[in-house]
Amino acid sequence: MALKHKTPMLDELTKGPWPSFVTDIKRVAERKPECDDLLGLLELSYKDKEGHWKHGGIVGVFGYGGGVIGRYCDRPDLFPNVAHFHTMRVNQPASKFYKTDVLRKLCDIWEGKGSGLFNFHGSTGDIILLGTTTDQLEPIFYELTHELGMDLGGSGSNMRTPEGCVGKARCEWSCIDTQDIIYDITMRYQDELHRPMFPYKFKFKASGCPNDCVAAIARADCSIIGTWRDKIRIDQEAVRAYVGGELVPHGGADGPEKRPLDIQAEVIDKCPTKCMEWDGKNLKIYDEDCVRCMHCINIMPRALRPGEDVGATILVGAKAPILEGAQLSSVVIPFMKMEPPYEEFHEFVGRMWDWWMEHGKNRERLGELIQRLGLREFLNAVGLQPDPRMINTPRYNPYIFYDPADVPGGWTRDAKAYRERHQP
Amino acid sequence: MPFDPNDIMKDRLTDIGPPKYDKFFPPIVKENYGKWKYHEILEPGVLVHVSETGAKLYSVRVGTSRLVSVDFIREVCDIADKYCDGYLRWTTRNNIEFLVTDESKLRPLIDDLKSRSNWFPIGGTGASITSIVHTQGWVHCHTPAIDASGIVKAVMDDLFEYFGSHKLPAQVRIALACCLNMCGAVHCSDIAILGVHRKPPFIEHERVQNVCEIPLVIAACPTAAIKPKKVGEYKSIEINEARCMFCGNCYTMCPALPIADQDGDGVAIWVGGKVSNSRVPPMFSKLAVPYIPNEPPRWPTVVKTIRKIVEVYASDARRYERIGEWINRIGWERFFEKTGFEFRHEHIDDYRLAMTTWRTTTQFKF
Ligand code: HEM
Ligand code: SF4
Ligand code: SF4
Ligand code: SF4
Ligand code: SF4
Repeated sequence: MALKHKTPMLDELTKGPWPSFVTDIKRVAERKPECDDLLGLLELSYKDKEGHWKHGGIVGVFGYGGGVIGRYCDRPDLFPNVAHFHTMRVNQPASKFYKTDVLRKLCDIWEGKGSGLFNFHGSTGDIILLGTTTDQLEPIFYELTHELGMDLGGSGSNMRTPEGCVGKARCEWSCIDTQDIIYDITMRYQDELHRPMFPYKFKFKASGCPNDCVAAIARADCSIIGTWRDKIRIDQEAVRAYVGGELVPHGGADGPEKRPLDIQAEVIDKCPTKCMEWDGKNLKIYDEDCVRCMHCINIMPRALRPGEDVGATILVGAKAPILEGAQLSSVVIPFMKMEPPYEEFHEFVGRMWDWWMEHGKNRERLGELIQRLGLREFLNAVGLQPDPRMINTPRYNPYIFYDPADVPGGWTRDAKAYRERHQP
Repeated sequence: MPFDPNDIMKDRLTDIGPPKYDKFFPPIVKENYGKWKYHEILEPGVLVHVSETGAKLYSVRVGTSRLVSVDFIREVCDIADKYCDGYLRWTTRNNIEFLVTDESKLRPLIDDLKSRSNWFPIGGTGASITSIVHTQGWVHCHTPAIDASGIVKAVMDDLFEYFGSHKLPAQVRIALACCLNMCGAVHCSDIAILGVHRKPPFIEHERVQNVCEIPLVIAACPTAAIKPKKVGEYKSIEINEARCMFCGNCYTMCPALPIADQDGDGVAIWVGGKVSNSRVPPMFSKLAVPYIPNEPPRWPTVVKTIRKIVEVYASDARRYERIGEWINRIGWERFFEKTGFEFRHEHIDDYRLAMTTWRTTTQFKF
C-alpha cells in the first residue's frame, strides 16, 4: 500500500549507518494509517520548523492521575488519524531486563490498540507507548495488568517511575542492591506514583557505585548512590599483572589489546587525593584519604574492588533548569546501610515529603525549596545533624541567620538596663 | 475474562506495580546475583562478566534509535530467542544488550546482527560515543524548539566511527533535549544539544481568559516578567519582554502564549559536563555555541560543530580525560582558540549567581 503523505525531507533520514526511526515508522505506516499521518505531520514540522502538537488535555485511566499524557495535533484537518495521539507510560522492570514472551505480548496489545510505536525507553525509564486514542486507554490498561502483570508509571505532580543501574545483576562494583531498592520504593509508593499529591514531580534513582550509570546525581530529587566506608580490596598479584602487561587495562574500555599499564601516570597521578603509592612491587592506598572516586578500580578491575562495609550516600535536590536553574543533588546522608526493609530510608522519605508538601509552592521542586528556605531548614525537618561531608567549604559570607533559641535570653532585650549602661 | 467496556470496574487490577525485577533475569544472573568478580570488553560492544563461581555472561550491545516500532521489537525478540534463550535488557542510554550464556552462540549472534542491514550496530562500550539519550522533539511534544530523533540520527550517522571503536581518550556522552525543560537531563553531558527559543511568547488576548489560569501563568515565570492586564474587555496578561529569557514555562501553563517560531528557534551546544564521580566531581555542561538555526532534515551545522569538538578533543586530550577535564586543563581561552568557536556576549552569564562564573584572578592565558 502506498503511503498517503509524501515525506521528501524525512526520507533523507533513511540514509546513513545509524538505525533510522523514519524507516522503522514507514514499515508500520504501510498498515497503520496513524503512523502515515504521524510522518506527514512530522514532515510538516520539518517544513515549518515548528512543532504541531497541542497541550496535553486531561485524559487517563479511571482512578489514576498519572501514567497517561494527553496529546492532540493542531492540524487534525490534514492529519485526522493523529488528532488524538496520547502517550501511555508503562512501568519498566528494574534495570530493564526482559523475556521475549512479555515483549511479544506487549507488541500484540500495542499493535491492536495503539500506533505500534514505542520509546524504548523514555528518559525517566518507562516504556513509552506512543500514540493512542482516549477510548483505547481503559482496554490497554486492562490488558497490561491482566495479561502482562504490568502497570502504568508516573506523570504529573507525583512520584515518577524510579530507576536503577544494572547493579548486582551484572556489575561487580555494586555496593547496594539497586534492583531491590527500586522495586521496594516503586511498590511501597504506588499511591504516590499514580495519584498526584505533590507540589511537582519527584524522582528517585539508584546507582550501585560512584560511577553513577543512571545519572542519579544529576537527575533525581533523591539520589541513592552506593559506596563503602572501609578499604579498597587489593589483589597485589593482579596489580603486578597489569603493570607487567598480562592483563588488559580498563577492562578493555580503551581497546582490547594487552599492554603494560603505566601505573604511575594512569592511576596514581590521576587519583584526585594522591593517596596511592607504588614501589614497583606493591600498591599502597592510604584509604583514610581516598574519596572513593572509582578511577583506580575502573582502570584495574581485576586488581581492585570496593570495600566490604557497603551502603549508600543519599543526596537530594537535583533537577534540570526549569525554574530556578539546574542543580546537582547535595549530600544529606553521607552513609546509610540500605538493607531491607529499608526502614531508616523510608522514615527519611516520609519526613522529607511532609516538609516539601507543607512548604513547597505549586511546581516547586524539592531542590528549589531547599534553595529558598536553606539546607538547615531541610536538615531540621528531616532530623539530620550537620556534617562536613555535606559541603565543599564552610560559608565565606558572614550573614548568618541565628535562631533566638541559640542566643542566651533569646531576642528579648532589656532596654532599661541598656540605657543604664549607655547615655542616649 | 476480557475487558468489559460497560463495566470498567469489573476485575479491575490497580497499583500492581512493575513485574518484580528477577522475573526476567536469565538463570545465570539469578545464580550469580551479587557474585560478579570482574568484566572485560572483548571487542567494542561485546562484554564478558565473570563470576566468582566461574560462570561467564556475554553481552552484545547494540545501538537503537529509541523511537522504535512493534516490528523492530519483534525482530529483537526473534534474535534473543535464537541466541539468548529469550533474555535481553536495555541500558540507560537506549542500547539493547543481548545476553548470551552459551559461548558457542556468541560469534553466530554477532554475525547475525551484522547481517541485518543497519538495524543493529554493535558498539557503545568504553571510550566510545554511545547512543544519544534524547527527548521527543517535533515527533510528540508540545514545547520543543527543535526535533530530537532527526538531529540524533544525523549526528550519530556522522560520528558512527566512534560508536563501534575505542579510539577516544575517554567516553563521550552526548545528550539532546528539545527545550529548557530538559526531560533528557542534558545539563551534565560531555556534549549537550539543547533546543532554544529566542523570541518571547506572543499573547492571544482573546483566548487567555478561556484557556488559562492567569495566576498560575504569572507564578510560572522565573523572572516575574508577567503581569495581569485588561486588554479591551479581555482579562489577559502582559509580558515585560526585556526580562524574558525564553524558557517557555508560561506556554506550558497557557496555550494562548505560543513561543515556537521558525526563525527564532534553534540549537545551542554545551560541553564539558559529566555525571560520574571518577577523578573529578560531577560537572555541569557549559555553553560552547549559543545558537545554530534549525536546518532540517539533517542539521549540517550542528553535525559539523559536534564533529569539530570531538576531533579537537580526540587529538588534544590525555588518556582518561573527559571533555570537561580536558577543558579545565587547557582553559576556556584555549578551548575557543582550538575549536575556532566565536566567543560572544552570550557566553558571559548574566542570570542569578552569574558572578560565580566570572574570572576573579589574573591567572589566565594569552
Ligand atoms: C564582615 C565583613 C567585612 C568587613 C568588616 C570588611 C571590612 C573592610 C574594610 C574596613 C575595608 C577597608 C580597608 C581600607 O580602606 O583600608 C575593606 C575593604 C575591602 N574589602 Fe572588606 N570587609 C568585609 C567583607 C568583605 C568581603 C566578603 C569581601 C569580598 C568578598 C571584601 C572585599 C574587600 C575589598 C576588595 C576591599 C578593598 C576595597 C577597595 O579597594 O576599594 N570585604 N573591607
Ligand atoms: S553505577 Fe556502578 S554499580 Fe551501577 S552499573 Fe554503573 S558501575 Fe556498575
Ligand atoms: S578510588 Fe579514587 S580516590 Fe580512592 S584511591 Fe582510587 S583513585 Fe584514589
Ligand atoms: S525537553 Fe521539552 S520539548 Fe523535549 S520532550 Fe521534554 S518538555 Fe518536550
Ligand atoms: S518564556 Fe519564561 S521568561 Fe519568558 S515570559 Fe514566559 S515564563 Fe517568563
